Amino acid sequence: MWSFFHKLGSPPWLYSIAGTVLRYLLPLTVLALASGTVWGLLFTSPDFRQGNSYRIIYIHVPSAVVALAGYYVMAIAGAVSLIWRMKMADVAMKATAPIGAAFTFIALFTGAVWGKPTWGAWWVWDARITSMLVLLFLYLGVVALYEAYDNKEAAGKACAVLSLVGMVNIPIIYKSVDWWYSLHQPASIKFTGESTIDSSMMYPLLLMIVAFYALFTCCLLLNMRTEILRREARTQWVKKLAEGS
Amino acid sequence: MRFCLRLLLRQLALAVRRPIEIGQPLMFFAMVIALFPLGLGPDPGSLAGFAPGVLWVTALLANLLSADTVFRSDFDDGSLEQLLLSPQPLFLSVLAYIGAHWLTTGLLLALVSPVFALMLNLSPAVIGSLVMGLLLGTAVLSLLGCVGASLTVGLKRGGMLISLLILPLYIPVLIFGTAAVQASLDGISAVPYLAMLAAMLCLAIALAPLAVAAGLRISVDA
Repeated sequence: MWSFFHKLGSPPWLYSIAGTVLRYLLPLTVLALASGTVWGLLFTSPDFRQGNSYRIIYIHVPSAVVALAGYYVMAIAGAVSLIWRMKMADVAMKATAPIGAAFTFIALFTGAVWGKPTWGAWWVWDARITSMLVLLFLYLGVVALYEAYDNKEAAGKACAVLSLVGMVNIPIIYKSVDWWYSLHQPASIKFTGESTIDSSMMYPLLLMIVAFYALFTCCLLLNMRTEILRREARTQWVKKLAEGS
Repeated sequence: MRFCLRLLLRQLALAVRRPIEIGQPLMFFAMVIALFPLGLGPDPGSLAGFAPGVLWVTALLANLLSADTVFRSDFDDGSLEQLLLSPQPLFLSVLAYIGAHWLTTGLLLALVSPVFALMLNLSPAVIGSLVMGLLLGTAVLSLLGCVGASLTVGLKRGGMLISLLILPLYIPVLIFGTAAVQASLDGISAVPYLAMLAAMLCLAIALAPLAVAAGLRISVDA
């Protein structure tokens, strides 16, 4: 157990193990995404009120779920790099931020596309939408802070502190935005809650959520491998790797 | 503790010797408040409707812009580095900096806000909850703003960046602050909202100085 933990700190080891994981995970992800999409888009019955437009749920909900989980991945990686000074945790944190921002953007964009025919507006200042927008800004803040520092070691630490502060704040922001909405606007919009969804629609959705988690992991590992190569560009093993291929 | 107090007095003395700099956030506050009637139209009824939000958003921006400068001059002349090397607990020293910032911006903003509230045609009955909310809320804003300031103090162009980092974290304060005013406008007690702001203040006092201390160490090392 401990030797595994220590090996995680070694760039060549992590690089190769990430490659091995990707070799199996990437085909599985593509398979799960393809089957989940086909299942969700072609083989489920249309919603009786929304017709076919509800099918965007198979992209919207998984990306939102993964976007929220991604922030915790980033903050925990940041905490690990701050506490144990693990360089690879720093790599993971840096690699997560743009991916999380991308997933958040996908969730917001698909929500807007769905909202236009269903609610009649591209954007509504609803509690959940607003808190996702805030999440996007938190991700972008981490990316921007990292880019602003010339000293990349300090950049990693600063981003770790920022993502931890954000992690304390996210439940507060989420709750307060929830409250703000219920205070000021009549409940004219109703989300179809998870519990009220029919099982024939839910199973493809669950498959898509799993597929999106796998996709997130693949993106993260690919991003981390690139970042490791960039940081270790002057070492022997990277040179050997470059000559070998 | 004594050191912390002396640091606070030093920061306050420095501020008092440059009265123009104390006045800047207040003038910013007044200017931005004056922009809203020009943009939204001078109708007293609609202005009163917007007034809680306008006052709070403006206080938030004034606080944000002044937070950027809290550590700047001490970072430039190296006294911040001396502070980090000194054996005094950094938690308390940081709290002194933040306290001085709040006393020279948030407190004054809260004290002058009734004037602007009346100019925006806000009902005099709700001014109490506005001032109380601002007193509590701007303290939270100062604590959070200093987190951003500590992370960006070593950077050449921190001004724009700090708003991107910190504004999302300001949202809960804005929501509860405006809700307190709105509640007393509707004739409901504003106390629950003020209690939430006070709770946030307690949490921020306990945690934010840790983040600021970590941020300052990173910025000085970089």
